[in-house]
Amino acid sequence: MVSSCTKYELRCNECGKSYGNVPLSACSECLAPLEVQYDLESVRGRFTRESIAAGPANIWRYKELLPIPEGFQPDLPVGFTPLVRAKNLGKRIGADNLYVKNDAVCFPTLSFKDRVVSVALANAQAFGFTTVGCSSTGNLANSVAAQAARLGLRACILVPSDLEAAKILNTQVYGARLVRIDGNYDHVNRLCTQIADEYNWGFVNVNLRPYYAEGSKTVGYEIAEQLGWRLPDNVVVPMAGGSLIRKIRKAFKELIALGLVEHKDVRFFGAQATGCSPISHAVKEGWDYIEPQRPNTIARSLAIGNPADGPAAAKMIRETGGWAEDVSDVEIVSGIQELAETEGIFTETAGGVTTAVTARLYSHGRISRDETTVVCITGNGLKTTDALEGRFEVERAVKPKLAAFDEYIREVDGSLVGAAQELVLAGGVQ
Amino acid sequence: MSVKVVLPTALARHTEGQKAFDSEAKDLPALIAEFDTKFPALAQNVKDENGKLRRFINVYINDEDIRFLGGDAHQFEDGDEVMLIPSIAGGSL
Repeated sequence: MVSSCTKYELRCNECGKSYGNVPLSACSECLAPLEVQYDLESVRGRFTRESIAAGPANIWRYKELLPIPEGFQPDLPVGFTPLVRAKNLGKRIGADNLYVKNDAVCFPTLSFKDRVVSVALANAQAFGFTTVGCSSTGNLANSVAAQAARLGLRACILVPSDLEAAKILNTQVYGARLVRIDGNYDHVNRLCTQIADEYNWGFVNVNLRPYYAEGSKTVGYEIAEQLGWRLPDNVVVPMAGGSLIRKIRKAFKELIALGLVEHKDVRFFGAQATGCSPISHAVKEGWDYIEPQRPNTIARSLAIGNPADGPAAAKMIRETGGWAEDVSDVEIVSGIQELAETEGIFTETAGGVTTAVTARLYSHGRISRDETTVVCITGNGLKTTDALEGRFEVERAVKPKLAAFDEYIREVDGSLVGAAQELVLAGGVQ
Repeated sequence: MSVKVVLPTALARHTEGQKAFDSEAKDLPALIAEFDTKFPALAQNVKDENGKLRRFINVYINDEDIRFLGGDAHQFEDGDEVMLIPSIAGGSL
């Protein structure tokens, strides 16, 4: 594959100072976050529906608008996850045009973080880092470990000590050095900024953050393309650091600017757990700042009490006419089950948050039933099975005899037997 | 009374490379005022046009975010470590 030759560089969101391309996340003048800016005119005519369709079935089909260093040869088929029509869930919550963007099956580590990590590590290599790392609530850890292994980079990953066992195992299996920190994510993140100061490591969400964050745009490109090159009316996005929701909007704006989709004022809705809801709180209060919180929720992948992009996300949500909601841990578990039972998609706790928040947005009339709405599911339920512990009883074992089975099934669920008998009458079961 | 002020590399360029120094400031506003006289370049870098600490800087007192402790009203205690870190920090030019 030929690498992108789109011109891009880091620029300060606040004061506009340009930095070229360096491993740096904050402006030295005003300390605001840096963001990758593209020369959009240089891709006009090259980034088209046709050129994209001719590309591979993964995020690299959008490489012209990703910060990919010259010479980088992407070979991992990351992203391009299914966008599924969610008729059953829609029926339950009163939505006629509901879609699920299912990053629970993103390659290679089953979360949307695979997108950001692949872009970040491409840049880590170009900057000459041989060791990479991250502060993580789990999904990012898994993805950095897996992709670093494949690229032959060493990885040192810092996580809060109370992380789910599956997310720890899913990091260690790739041979990464995992360091559990006695504190929450915000402690881990602060420590990582200090480590990045002292060690010559490429931290994907610290000094490589501007590049890393751009990978999130691919969720937006895919939604638009999979809807037949049109934009939805609404997007519901889980919020941890507050980056993803902003980058989906950036993607939509770029597609509009380049004429790939018609202009539409998409409304953005943010989802958080009540036990860690600094951004949704700011949206509800109309603040342009964040009051940090001490996280206390089962949705650990969203448990960032002091979200770096929180103020910008809150401001942006209100600008689009959207809203943010937060739901309790009980509702999160119900959301996980509801999505599984209606659409056959098993998501992690963050997806439970997003599903439950979506239901509430419809029931409160914030979204009307005929609008086209995309719900972003960002992680896989197999990583947070402990959230469902005790929800399902382990039933007694039944003897391998038809009579024993028949007795058992009538006892536990007679309705199943009724269905079977109807099939017998119809000649369906011999 | 004295507290230890800790700065990241990004800010230490205004303090002739000093990443830690002692201060007698009693609270955050007093510390910022001290920057004005001791390290004018640092003061300019961390303050916004209203003379307040820029919103992109987080302040920690002994590992605790100062916003959990009452912010500007919080009184420093002898031996406290006061750390200033840009909210999205990391990297060097």
